[in-house]
Order: sequence, then C-alpha cells, then structure tokens
Amino acid sequence: MRGATPGQVAAAALIAAFLAVFLVLPVGTVMYVAFTEKGTGAFTLVNFADFFRTELFVRSLWNSVYVSAMSVVWASALALPLAIVTTRFAFRGAALVQTLGFLPLIMPPFVGAVAMQLLFGRNGSVNLLLDEWLGFKVPFMEGLNGVIFVQSLHYFPFILINLSASLRNIDRAMEEAAQNLGSSGLRLFRRIVLPLAMPGYLAGASLVFVKVFDDLATPLLLNVKDMLAPQAYLRVTSIGIADPMGYVISVVLVVASVGAMWLSALATRGRDFSTTQRGGGGLARRQLSRGEAVLAWGAVGLILLLVLSPHLGLLLLSFATVWSFAPLPDGYTTAHYARVFGESSTYIANTLVYASLAGAIDVVLGTAIAYLVLRTRLVAREWLDWTAMAALAIPGLVLGIGYLRCFYGVQLPGGQPLATLWIMIVLALAIRRLPYALRACHAAMQQISASLEEAAENLGADKARTLRRVVVPLMTGGILAGFVTSFSTAAVELSATLMLVQSNSDAPLAYGLYVFMQSAAGRGPGAALGVIAVLLVAACTLAAHLVAERDHRRKGGSA
Amino acid sequence: MQTRRALAGAISALGLLASIQGAGAQSGKVTVVTSFAKDVTDPVKRAFEKAVPGVVLEVQNRNTNAGVKFLEETRAGNQVDLFWASAPDAFEVLKGKKLLQAYAPKATGIPEKVGAYPINDRDGFYFGFAASGYGIMWNERYARANRLPEPREWQDLAKPAFHDHVSIAAPSRSGTTHLTIEAILQGEGWDKGWRTIKEMAGNFRQVTERSFGVPEAVNSGQVGVGIVIDFFAFSAQASGFPVKFVYPSVSTIVPANVAIVANAPNRAGAEAFIEFLLSPAGQEVLLEPSIRRLPVNPAVYAKAPADYPNPFTDPRLGKLMPFDADLSESRTAAVDTLFDQLVTFQLDALKAVTKALHDVDAALARKDNAAARRLAGEARDLVAAMPVTAAQAASPEMRAAFAGGSTKGARQAELEQQWAAFGRERYAQARQKAEEALKLAR
Repeated sequence: MRGATPGQVAAAALIAAFLAVFLVLPVGTVMYVAFTEKGTGAFTLVNFADFFRTELFVRSLWNSVYVSAMSVVWASALALPLAIVTTRFAFRGAALVQTLGFLPLIMPPFVGAVAMQLLFGRNGSVNLLLDEWLGFKVPFMEGLNGVIFVQSLHYFPFILINLSASLRNIDRAMEEAAQNLGSSGLRLFRRIVLPLAMPGYLAGASLVFVKVFDDLATPLLLNVKDMLAPQAYLRVTSIGIADPMGYVISVVLVVASVGAMWLSALATRGRDFSTTQRGGGGLARRQLSRGEAVLAWGAVGLILLLVLSPHLGLLLLSFATVWSFAPLPDGYTTAHYARVFGESSTYIANTLVYASLAGAIDVVLGTAIAYLVLRTRLVAREWLDWTAMAALAIPGLVLGIGYLRCFYGVQLPGGQPLATLWIMIVLALAIRRLPYALRACHAAMQQISASLEEAAENLGADKARTLRRVVVPLMTGGILAGFVTSFSTAAVELSATLMLVQSNSDAPLAYGLYVFMQSAAGRGPGAALGVIAVLLVAACTLAAHLVAERDHRRKGGSA
Repeated sequence: MQTRRALAGAISALGLLASIQGAGAQSGKVTVVTSFAKDVTDPVKRAFEKAVPGVVLEVQNRNTNAGVKFLEETRAGNQVDLFWASAPDAFEVLKGKKLLQAYAPKATGIPEKVGAYPINDRDGFYFGFAASGYGIMWNERYARANRLPEPREWQDLAKPAFHDHVSIAAPSRSGTTHLTIEAILQGEGWDKGWRTIKEMAGNFRQVTERSFGVPEAVNSGQVGVGIVIDFFAFSAQASGFPVKFVYPSVSTIVPANVAIVANAPNRAGAEAFIEFLLSPAGQEVLLEPSIRRLPVNPAVYAKAPADYPNPFTDPRLGKLMPFDADLSESRTAAVDTLFDQLVTFQLDALKAVTKALHDVDAALARKDNAAARRLAGEARDLVAAMPVTAAQAASPEMRAAFAGGSTKGARQAELEQQWAAFGRERYAQARQKAEEALKLAR
C-alpha cells in the first residue's frame, strides 16, 4: 500500500461529485428544514430536542432497533442452512435453490402485501383453516412480531447472497490445512469456515439491519405506526409538508444507519480475511449420504416453502376471480393476464432498461468505492462509503422531491426540464440501490489478498491493468451478487419512481402495478403484473447464477 | 435507447406545437394528473379520445398529496394541463397557491348543488363532475362468521358487537376520510361529534394510511367493516365481492372535481376534457361497473341500473345535512392532528378502555349497580374529553402552528406532545375507573 496515485484521486473526486450532485444536493435541499427555526429560518437544533421529548418518537426509535435486531437473528436462521447446503455440499439444484431463495427480495409493492394478508392475515388462509380445525388463530401479522416475521422472510436473501458469495471464495487450502491438523466437522466450520466467511455474513447482516430499520412498506402494511421509518414517511407525506419533524426523523434514520454500518466495519477492522490462493475451486464440496441428502432436501424444502408462500399467494391471486374471507379463491380465470398483456410490454421493457442500467452503475461505483476504501490511503475515503450507504436511509419520496427541486429548473435545449427525462429515474434508482452493490463488492474485495496485486505490479502491470486483469476477475462473484441485488430491488422500487414518472410510456412495472391496485377490479390484473415482475427478475437472477457457476468452474478448472 | 429519445423528443415537440396553435385547436396531448385508479381513467380516456378525435389523454397517476406536491414543485416549467381528484380540499390548497386557472364550463343540465353542497367552486377554479357520499361498507361473509349485525348509523359501530372489527383510513392521509370526520363533527357538533368518533374508534381494528387500504381489507375479509367513500363499495360489488354499503343519516355528499392547471401547455385540450366530462356522454361513463360514481347531471340517471343511488331524488340522500366548507378548511390540520394524536397513535390504549367499558355494560345488563354505572360514565367522559375547543381549533394561532416554515409561534411538534400527553393521561385514568366499575358490577 503506497500513497495515492493521481488516477485514484481523480476517481475519488469523480465519485464524490456524482454522490454530491445526485444524492447530497437533492436530499439537502429538502432536509435542511430539519435544522431551521420556525418563523425565522435560522439554524437551530430545537427540532431535535422536540424529537427526544416526544414519547411517540422515542418509543418508535426503540421499536425500530428491536425489530431490526430480531429480524437479523431470524433472517440468519433462514439463510445459514440454505447457504451452507448449497455451497459446502455437492447438492443438485444449487443454482435453483439460490434463485428461489432470492425471490423473497422481489416483493412487488401493494400486491405482495395483499397476498401476505390473504395467507397469513387474521382471516388469511392459514388462520381460517386453523380456526376451523383447531379452534384458534396465530397472530402472524400483528404488531412488532408480525413486522419481524415479514421482514425476516423478505430480507433474508441479503444474508444468503452475500454469505454464499463469501463461502465460495474461501480458499480450499485453508480448509485442508485445518483438516491436516486434525480439525473436522462442526469445529472446522466454527473455527475456520465461518470466520473466513465473516465479511459476507456481516455485509448481509448489516444490510438486513439497516434495511429493516429504514423500511416503511412492511410496518405500514401491518398498520404498525410506532416505528421510525413509517413516522418519517407519514410526516413527510401528510399535510404538514413544511413541518421539520419528518426531516428530523430522516436525519436520525441516516445517522443510525451509518452508525450500524460503522459498527459492522469495526467488527472486521484489523482482521485479515483475504486468502492468497485463488482458483482452488472454493471449499471442498462434500458428497451427501442418502440420509443426509434427505435431511438437506427436507430442510431446504421447508424453508423455501415458508419464504415463497407470499409468491404462491400472489400466483393464486393473479388467477382468482373473487377471494374474500376464504382459504382459497372462489374461482379461477386467466382474464387478468389477458387484461395486462397488451400494456405490460412497455412496462417490462422500461423495467429491464432502468433496472439493468441502475445495477450496472451500482456495481461500477461499488467496485470503485470498495477499491478506494480498502486499497488506498486517500484522506476521508471512508466518507465515500458512508455517504453512499446513507442513501439506504433516505425515504424514496424525499429523493424524488429533491430531484424535482434540483433538476426541474434545468432546461434541456428542447425546453424540456431535465427532471422529466427517464434517465433521472435510472439515476434515482441507482442511488437508492447503490448500498446493496457496495456492500457486496466491499465484502468481495476484503477476501482478496493485496499480495496478489503487489505480485502483478512487481511483474510490471500498472494499477489500472492490475485492477482490470486481477482484482475485478477475482471479485466476479461479489460483483454479480451486487448487481443481482441492485437490479432486482430496483425493478420493484416505487416511492421515488412515483414522483419522477412523467408519462405512461416511461413507466416501469411497479408504477403499472400501483395504477392497477387502487380499485377492486384492478386487484387481479395487479397481481398478474406482479407475477410477471417476479418471473422477469427470477429469470435474470437464474441467468446470472448460471453465469457465475460456469465462471466458477472455469476458474476452478478440474480441481 | 435512440428510439426512446426520439419518441420523447417527438412528444415534447407535439406539446409545443399544440401550445403554439393555441385556442380552438383541440388536438395533441392533454396531460392530466389524477389520483383515480386505472379502472376509472381508462374508460374515460377511451370515451374522450373517441369523442374528440385527434387528442391523446396522457394520464399521470399520483396520490392526491403527491399530485399537489408535484404541481407545486414543477410550477416554473409546468407540463400538466389538468388536475383530477376527489377531495375538494386538495383543490382549495391548489387554488390558494395560485396553481389553478379559472374557467366557465359551457355544459348544461347540471344543477347548482348536490344535496347541500355546491357542485362548482364559487370562484370558477374547479368543477364537480361526480358526487360521492360517505358511509359504512361491510363484508357479508365476515359479518356472518362473526355474527355482526347490519350497521345503519355511525353510533352502531360503537356497539360491543363491532369491537376490533372496524377499519378506517387516517384523515390526515385520506382527504375523503377527513371529510367523513368533518361531516360527523359538523353534524353532531364539536364535543358530541368527537365523542361519537372516539367511541367508534375504540372498536377500530386498524387505522390505515391509504384510502384504498380500507376497502381492500374489507374486500379480502381481513376486516369486517370499513368507513369508506361510496364508490369503493359499489365498484367492489360490481366486481363480485360479497360487500354491502349504507349511507348513515349524518353524512354528506361531496363532489369529486377537475380543474385546469395554471399555465397549462394545452389549454384548449384541457377545456375540451372538462366539457366532455360534464357532457351527457362523459357523465354516462361514470355508470360503468368499474367506476360507479354518482353523475352530477340528473338526467343521466335515466340510464343507470335500477338500484343505483340517486342523490337528486333519493329522499334519504336528499336530506343529508349541509356541509360548511369554510369551517372545514379553517381547522383541517387541527382536526387531522387531533385524530392522529388521540386515536391513530394511541389506538391500543383507547381500545383497552373501550373493551373494559363494553365488559362493564355487559355486567350491568345482568345486574345493575349505580356506583359502577356512575364510574363508567365518568370513564366515558374522560375518553371523550378534548384538549381544545371548536373555537380554538379554528383560531388563527392554531393555523399558524401548522403552517410551518415562515410563520412564527408555537411549533406543531409542541402541540402534538401536549395533545398526546392529554390523551394518554385521560385514557389511563379512564381505564382505572372502568376497571373499578367492572369489579363493582361483577
């Protein structure tokens, strides 16, 4: 690690400028209200005093912390078995399990909520059947525990993806060395494998924590209002839009999110997770005995059934005529698909373009930021990381309003405001999903030993060439994980999109869904669009996994 | 990407062309920002484009608040011709911010008032195109399974049978629910009205943050009863859901509106849209099963199905009380915030008291006890108590507190803390009394 090169400084400056223009500035124009005094506009912190004096907000803060922490625990319980079975054992259909295990992340807005309620709600299928047969109901979707239940199902893929990528990257030599020294089984896993996979696990776990902390859709769906993110949303979008409290809460959210990221960085600081040898094919894949295979399939099947039940509900809903207070729909029809068929092609094309562009921007930025943070000694380089992560805590609506405020006044040569161009939707999506890609790339780079780059440089390669020929190829798994997460979550984003969509011809699937889901007759077509969105993203994810597997085999050679 | 860019260019060129051609040219793109669902906008769009050949209706779907915010943020380079939504108060806000353009519709056959409510804005900035009433919607299957009686009046929802079965949207989030609450307050008076509202609220299952969240929950049977605007129930019935609807006698009929945005790029097209919407052809579209709104042209009801409610002839709807829009406007923020702080965010406490009071009533019905009856009455008064009077709620000081930004005075957050603390204390005391009463009555 030597001093910074001019190229690195330039890259850092470029990224800082990008984040400043498309994140800090638009958000700043909206959020500065949090620091102003009512009536005079002078700088003040009295609004923050109000926050801590208000019982509702303090209660919300603790509820959010509790729910986020518990969600991490349960999400880990769901993700660990899936990740281990698919990476540590010769397990047929690993790519399929990885894809299916990833689907919960893609829960289309509104319609996903309806499907969840129809299955797990107070009068959902499960409770109606329980009540009929056993005479009691289980409050799956009530209060804070309901939020934890839904959030764990929804966000555990963050841990699954990042942990799997990490496990695949562990050098087999480490495992073999441990085995030669007499370690095996659980001890081997606990002392060698898990610690080496820590960057991936922490990347996933911290994402789950922060995402749950900042998520407002699920608590609102369950009508839990005493959590922080819903409070911010309700305040910003209710009538008192000039009221500072909504932005005060947003600032608290940003600080808490960055704080959580900082803590997780602290946990990996000063430890070396990198391994030198590459292309060893990752961990040895053990063959499963017949009994073990049955056990593994059983566990995987059960988990998948649980986490995919919302999608099953969605599928039923998309074929249902009327589904009301009954375990199953009254009848089935394909009319909903016929109704959305004509117009969905525009939505699908737009979604693919927007989400893949956003994903591409995210992995480029994510790799660059991870490289700058981990491999250079630039002053304040961590600030790039933290600023980008803060995007996680910015309500989409605030970003949307900020974009309108900053870019609507900028006229293009044709007299059209800059903010009305569809590329702004892409940029908003890229900013909102950057944290996912960044964490994945960061974790991947932590696992690469700097000595490989030094070797390349000693052999005469310059920095750029080393990056291109050594670092990026070794990070493929992480970059891919980042792309897939950013892409698929961008494909179902709504809150910022809703503010920026200017015409139907520019609208993505999520907007189409929203437009349908406002009326009783639109429920079926909305669900059909939701199913299309899920299938679309699933197909892309599966393709990405197949590419990753092939790449992995190619690098692993015959080993 | 090239084609998309070309397309965007072509569209903006079209818009430009249309604005150059000016009045008389009813062609090109007409852009409307609306909170209405696709099931409402699609049939209207089809009929409009057929009636006025050469024009394309571009629908931008945003919820009412986001739509208002959008027009505000983009006023410098406005690209929108029309604003089209339910809640009259959103139009009042836009009018106050000078974001609307006055117009005098030429359509005939539309009376001045529906029920007691004027159909058009008196200054000519927005125009009613459909009427909507508020009432109670319920799921028949749910009601049968939980043995709920048929509700008729708001007070019915306060009965023990409905405990934990009723849903409402937060008035601060839903313009239509706000009007329902305001209608109860105007119909029964400030103190009595809040008492009714809180007694009902003690039976709430949930307070949703979207207007459509309520009919959605009733349709799917997650909640039994919902307080909704009429067409949510009618269009659900038309789609086959097992739901019913009733207008309570203290309710109001309010028009849903359309307005031309100030500096509309295609003003002629915007005027053509309003004329179409108010014409018999446009009014008939409202009768479609997926829309089911009440037309403002009485003649159109001749073509409606037999059981279609008609506010111009139905005696029950005709004698609904008048609605004072100015009074409503003067205390909007106060009423919404009071509801949020005393009901939405304290629902658990309020429900606990209400449940205890229901239990006391049941015990008293078996064996009367004067002391218990007195304690229960005191508990009810504590629940019904309000931190501000009607006069205070509509006072200029109160409005300044909610205006944020440039006005001095009390901060909204301060008032909220006071009101929340007021409610928390009263509910705790009331619960204590109710539990004492329960001990005596048993």
